Amino acid sequence: MGLLSKKDLKLITDPLADDNPITIQVLGICSALAITAELKASIVMSVAVLFVLGVGNVVISLMRNIIPSKIRIIVQLIVVATLVIIVDLVLKAFAYELSKTLSVFVGLIITNCIIMGRFEAFALANGPWKSFLDGIGNSLGYAVILIIVGFFRELLGSGTLLGIKVLGDPIEKTGVYAFGYENNGFMLLAPMALITVGIIIWVQRSRNTSLIEDN
Amino acid sequence: MEHLELFFKAIFIDNMVFATFLGMCSYLAVSKKVSTAVGLGAAVIFVMAITVPLNWLLDKYILQEGALSWLGEEYAVYDLSFLSFIMFIATIATMVQLVEIIVEKFSPALYNSLGIFLPLIAVNCAILGGSLFMQSREIQTLGLAFNYGVSSGIGWFLAILAIAAIREKIRYSNVPAPLRGLGITFIITGLMAIGFMSFGGMLTGGDEEVVKEETASIETSVKVNEPTLEEETIKVIDSVSVDELEIKEEE
Repeated sequence: MGLLSKKDLKLITDPLADDNPITIQVLGICSALAITAELKASIVMSVAVLFVLGVGNVVISLMRNIIPSKIRIIVQLIVVATLVIIVDLVLKAFAYELSKTLSVFVGLIITNCIIMGRFEAFALANGPWKSFLDGIGNSLGYAVILIIVGFFRELLGSGTLLGIKVLGDPIEKTGVYAFGYENNGFMLLAPMALITVGIIIWVQRSRNTSLIEDN
Repeated sequence: MEHLELFFKAIFIDNMVFATFLGMCSYLAVSKKVSTAVGLGAAVIFVMAITVPLNWLLDKYILQEGALSWLGEEYAVYDLSFLSFIMFIATIATMVQLVEIIVEKFSPALYNSLGIFLPLIAVNCAILGGSLFMQSREIQTLGLAFNYGVSSGIGWFLAILAIAAIREKIRYSNVPAPLRGLGITFIITGLMAIGFMSFGGMLTGGDEEVVKEETASIETSVKVNEPTLEEETIKVIDSVSVDELEIKEEE
């Protein structure tokens, strides 16, 4: 990677695991849980956040010296809201069904804490290129968790991945269903998203014991 | 009746935290002590009670398709609903700042107890979520919008109060080390959400219109049921006696 120095690369790779926005920084949980019943919705949501956070971080970073600190929250919200409107209109134009499933959660990217959190913590203090990398890194970290949760919830809940029946047909009893396997509809309900994320946190902190909190 | 239904539905069935996961960030971050949780919860109720009706007015008279018709016939063709995100969030951010200034001026004691939490609220997804759900569920009157704001706020308040109380106690338990803190909080919230799902039976759940239809049909069917039951039993008795008669005749 000639383009990226070691320090820049760290900005992208850190949020993927040891500084993950969801499991370590506790940011952006709302949307991570609400839309992960299907893998496709998780992926689209990740792409939307990638766009908003990448572009938003650059914009805020460029304006960081002219924003009065007293009204910075309103300015940040307006920037995010504009970007989110773009995402919403693009989704409505090219993926109408999907934008129906995501419903208000596209709008809620505005208040997604990852975005405000990274603006406050990073973009207001760093240059545009670094802020862009930080935005990409954090939204990839967010995407990793979303895709893991979406993968397990869709696979165990409805036996499909991206709408393809990977486990066989539950009605005609083919594939694993022939051996008496049943879909666990409970995985599609809200509470299991929380428990899935809890388990991901458990696994991650068991592997890296330095992340353990002392109560 | 409509108000009561919306009130209980927003608190228990569509609970902001347990059913739609809104405001999770501050819910997880500020729930370590009961006293701070109460402060933030009260602030959320307060701000939602103001912003939801305000955004309802904005939606009704500016943003909806044909909402500008009060300006004159030629404005009736505009549909500004794509601007609703930016309008709603601007309203919320300004209201939060305004509330902060007013509270600081008139009630320093309340300001000191809420102080740090008020600015946080502008980015609490529960607040914006409340306004967006208000819009997508097509709440009809200003009174209902106010009701929805207050009751969703109360639902959020209950949730954060409950988890803060549990977290204060769980400090004395022997939780597996990697689960300590965040992990166990997630799992407890999941279990609480399962508990809250049982409230779903109070009303039939799903979309607003479907609920109304179904509750209406249940009410009517309850009223109609008693006589029909009697009629059916009578019919059954009749048919039995007829059968018996037939059997007797055959004999």
